[in-house]
Amino acid sequence: MNFRHAKTVLLGALALGFLASLFADRINPYWLFIFYDIGISIVMAVSLNLINGYTGQFSLGHAGFMAVGAYTSAVITNQFGALNIFAANGIFAVALLAGGLAAALAGLLVGIPTLRLRGDYLAIVTLGFGEIIRVILQNMEKVGAARGLSVNHGWTNLFWAFGLAAVTVYVVASLVNSTYGRGFIAVHDDEVAAEAMGINTTKYKVTAFVIGAFFAGTAGGLYAHSKQFLTPGGFGFMQSITFVVMVILGGMGNTVGVILAAILLTLLPEGLRMLSDIQHLPGFTAERPLGWIGDTRMIIYSLLLIVLMLTRPQGLFSLKKSPAPK
Amino acid sequence: MSALLQLDKATIRFGGLTAVSELDLQIGRNELVGLIGPNGAGKTTAFNLITGVYQPTSGAINFDGLSTVGRKPYQITKRGIARTFQNIRLFPSLTAFDNVRAVFHLHLKGDVRHALWRGQGFHDEEKSIAERVLDLLEIFQLGKFRDEPAKSLSYGDQRRLEIVRALAAKPKLLLLDEPAAGMNATEKVELTRLIQFIKDKFQISILLVEHDMKVVMGICERIVVLDYGIKIAEGKPDEVRMNPKVIAAYLGE
Repeated sequence: MNFRHAKTVLLGALALGFLASLFADRINPYWLFIFYDIGISIVMAVSLNLINGYTGQFSLGHAGFMAVGAYTSAVITNQFGALNIFAANGIFAVALLAGGLAAALAGLLVGIPTLRLRGDYLAIVTLGFGEIIRVILQNMEKVGAARGLSVNHGWTNLFWAFGLAAVTVYVVASLVNSTYGRGFIAVHDDEVAAEAMGINTTKYKVTAFVIGAFFAGTAGGLYAHSKQFLTPGGFGFMQSITFVVMVILGGMGNTVGVILAAILLTLLPEGLRMLSDIQHLPGFTAERPLGWIGDTRMIIYSLLLIVLMLTRPQGLFSLKKSPAPK
Repeated sequence: MSALLQLDKATIRFGGLTAVSELDLQIGRNELVGLIGPNGAGKTTAFNLITGVYQPTSGAINFDGLSTVGRKPYQITKRGIARTFQNIRLFPSLTAFDNVRAVFHLHLKGDVRHALWRGQGFHDEEKSIAERVLDLLEIFQLGKFRDEPAKSLSYGDQRRLEIVRALAAKPKLLLLDEPAAGMNATEKVELTRLIQFIKDKFQISILLVEHDMKVVMGICERIVVLDYGIKIAEGKPDEVRMNPKVIAAYLGE
């Protein structure tokens, strides 16, 4: 891939997202929300890939950062009543940014003491962090505690969902595809050797963690203003696992693969649901002949993961590494 | 002129075990010094002391006029000490090119913002780094492997690549930890030529830890012998070879 024109591609993607958002009212709302979910999944998976894939720091707390961003942005936008389109988007931008910064701060606070741990130990600590966030939110009366928090504005649209996905991809790809960014992969490959080669491994790890957390926070903001209702349970351990699965399925440290995996895994449950909703199929007498898929949807999903991991352990979409710049 | 590297009574203890005891060691500029000793003599520990992997229990270590005690390995590398490892430690998933390029971040003018903004300055800098990396690879006949992942290179090529990677840090002192390990006789001869070539071409000091007497005796100007963490001899290769203490340490009394 040629990264010389990365900025042009980014601007193109943003313009495309803007155009798409103008025609959003012609799209079936059901699909519209799936598109938002895809955008959110891409932001989450690609940012987690910087931490888990490129830098090799196994984090299981990504949904925790998403929760921080979701609640922060929701609390901010809930201060406002009905606004015209410009004010709304302006406030939304500020709220997303604030959500990202709050999550980044959380990432910094968690990252500095814990990133000296490796592998399994780090995974457990980040898992603990995610749970702490969930429990704190569950007991915070100001944000509705376990009852949940209503978000007054449904400001997430195609522009924000895909614009943020594009920015995330741009930032992660630009970082990694630079002399500076090769340090992330060096840390992943051999931490001792990286340190001996003058790479400040702690700084690199914290940087990856903070940037990853920032984007998870903005994705949380998108999520809040798409679902318009937040519960602490929505950001549990299982959510984090879903994003980890996207990263592993896409191929650790492979941005294109991770994007495809994020799209696939967001569509898959919906697709299976649709199959089960088909009323008549030629050759079948019963109504909803594939109805059983609906009941066993999650089993099929899980089986699919097992089969994919057995047959493509390097990641579903693992491609050849891009050659050195000429 | 003062020595480039100076250890004064450097000592490290692990619990009750004194791995290196009161080691005095000087390395001058553009000097090639060998560090030898039987298995477990403390050679690699001495290496780890110099590179900051371990901190000395007592004693002083000065490099280029400044103390390295309390510094992290990456800070010491920035000051000009680069090393290779006894059991090769490349970045296996990175290409030969990127293994060397990753070290060039030491010489970057721009920082993260540079990489994110991707302006003309960034592209110019990346291009000049690419040229310098390829030059280095070519000098050591590794240019043809530039796009190969390091793990797919042959053993000898990996050893060479690890040395190239260390040189990319532009060190004043290069530490080689048993570079001849696992090599056959022909490869060892090539290696001694290579080490001599590096010293002359880059005008740097080299500290060579080695098991193989032939390699050490052939190229080192001065040899330091360790046994049980204590320096038992130091001098020119011929003097060391005849030293009864050294013979006893290697062959037994």
